[in-house]
Amino acid sequence: MRKVILTRLLRLAMTLLAVSFLTFLLVALLPGDPIDGILGQAERTPEVEARIRADLHLDDPFLVRYFRWLGDALQGDLGESYINQGQSVMGTIMDRLPVTAQLAFMAIAFALVLAIPIGIIGAYKQSKWQDSVSSAAVQVALSIPNFIIGIFLSWVFAVKLGWLPATGWSRLSDGVVDNFKTAILPASALAMTQMAIFSRLVRADMIATLQENYILAARAKGLSDRFILARHALRPSSLSLMTIVGINFGALLGGTVVIETLFAVPGLGFRLINAINDRDIMVIQGITVFIATAYVVINTVVDLLYAVIDPRIRKG
Amino acid sequence: MSTTDSAPHTPDFPSDRVNRVSTAVQVGGGPGRSRSITPWKVFREMPIMVKVSALWLLFIVAGAIYAKLDVTVFNGSLPLQDPNLQTNGFNAATGEFGTGEPLEPISSSHWLGTDAIARDTFSRILHGAWVSLVVASVAAAFGVIVGGFLGSLVGFVRGRTETVTMSMIDVILAFPALVLLLAMVSIFEVRDLFVISVVIGFLSIPSYTRVARANSLAISNREFVMAARAIGTKPRTILFREIIPNVLPTLMSYAMVAAAFVVVVEGSLSFLGLSVQLPTSTWGNMINQARRDIKVDVSQVLWPSIALSVTVLSLNQVGDFLQKRRAVKGSSL
Repeated sequence: MRKVILTRLLRLAMTLLAVSFLTFLLVALLPGDPIDGILGQAERTPEVEARIRADLHLDDPFLVRYFRWLGDALQGDLGESYINQGQSVMGTIMDRLPVTAQLAFMAIAFALVLAIPIGIIGAYKQSKWQDSVSSAAVQVALSIPNFIIGIFLSWVFAVKLGWLPATGWSRLSDGVVDNFKTAILPASALAMTQMAIFSRLVRADMIATLQENYILAARAKGLSDRFILARHALRPSSLSLMTIVGINFGALLGGTVVIETLFAVPGLGFRLINAINDRDIMVIQGITVFIATAYVVINTVVDLLYAVIDPRIRKG
Repeated sequence: MSTTDSAPHTPDFPSDRVNRVSTAVQVGGGPGRSRSITPWKVFREMPIMVKVSALWLLFIVAGAIYAKLDVTVFNGSLPLQDPNLQTNGFNAATGEFGTGEPLEPISSSHWLGTDAIARDTFSRILHGAWVSLVVASVAAAFGVIVGGFLGSLVGFVRGRTETVTMSMIDVILAFPALVLLLAMVSIFEVRDLFVISVVIGFLSIPSYTRVARANSLAISNREFVMAARAIGTKPRTILFREIIPNVLPTLMSYAMVAAAFVVVVEGSLSFLGLSVQLPTSTWGNMINQARRDIKVDVSQVLWPSIALSVTVLSLNQVGDFLQKRRAVKGSSL
């Protein structure tokens, strides 16, 4: 077991190193001189320019800059925004992360609440009309991009019914009800695709489980179908469900970009889009590396948890 | 069903041994193969919903090509409105103001109405289809050709080549797709169809490589490859004559499902205003523009949304069908 963990962690470190290098390389390729962004409309004199270049080490060779940045990043310092002077990138990320994480959490929760019953019905009533209807609905939910779902949700609940605000965000610290009101539409839009993915998985898993001998044994003992489904059949499926939930949570940290932009939610993704439009190099770099790191780390943790829970993998 | 057409038997109903061997010889044997799969035959096998999906895709492709031909070859003389003409604006050619209006409802002159600045929505959707079509095709081409070759190669030769290639692939797949794409498109100051297609195409390579490698690994252990090795066939010949021809069909059916993803990604990108630049219409930027007037007119958001969603649904349907069909055929290899 220790060996499994060690190899996994080593691979994680290598991947993260490569991810940071690739991001740095990409951003270094951005056209234009960072000086233009930093000075903006301010008066430019050769002296000022030279001082900024020296301060930010802009003229150092690429690799030197990369390792300096990496060294800082390992200590939790991702530099400062060139556009909003004095704003630390790490500070921005820590400020925005709770918003995105909340959206991702809520989306996964909504999705699970819907997906588990839908998946169970699909498996239990396999090939009956209930299964055909839910499978078709799941196919459709899977095929509509989340921003389209978001637009129509906001059209119905914000424009037509006026129940919820169409855009904006209220912090959790400003009251749970207000926060929930602003979060429910973006989270639901994100949840639809996840719901489709989860319920497909539950259905496929349960169909396999229901053929096992111990289910037959439980039936023979005269246990009710409902009890068997809830206690015996769902539990084995929770393993693969947990894996996909973990992976998708990581993916959602980056996948909220479009929905955050649509609903003007001040999360990581929205900040990333702003930074791209402003060509704010340090912020693009910082957020991209942060999201990718979170994604890779979460995947590794899920993998390891899986090994902890399932003895077959632990020994293999 | 004729004898040359190997019947799609279900996986839990294994065919007899003789049939398996004979199919293996056919598929591996190159010129001797007698089985021909025509698109028409595949179409006839489809369930009704998949048929509808395939027809929708045909319609979208034909519409996109028609719209493109109208602009490039026929100088707008085909019966389709100019996608960028503001029909209420001043027309320099006739010296008159147009009679169109913004946000017109459906009519015989504007089949899907007009957008906020009185441009014909139907024409803009067909032109938007061209963008999706090109991006999806280029991505599929990159994926099948580069990813397919790379995956087949490393799955066949194994060793250090495989380790190095696959760890590079893993790094690219370590990014959430949209985030890496955003970082990459922000490099380009001019974002035209060429740039967007190539970037998305490049990012399509890793997933195809994975699929191709997995298949290549399996095929490399098959009897006909072993037989080829045993009679001393050169590795390169085995790769091109045995491995790649058997990896390709799987990749083709994967390409459909991957294309669905690409269409969504391109839609998201243009929704964010980071895909092909205006005034070129894409489904994503049409949705983004129309949502500003959603309080007045929801239909203008609806049409491009339907075009996008139904196309993605159709690609998924046809892709799933082809993958299942392939899985059944593959099991008889």
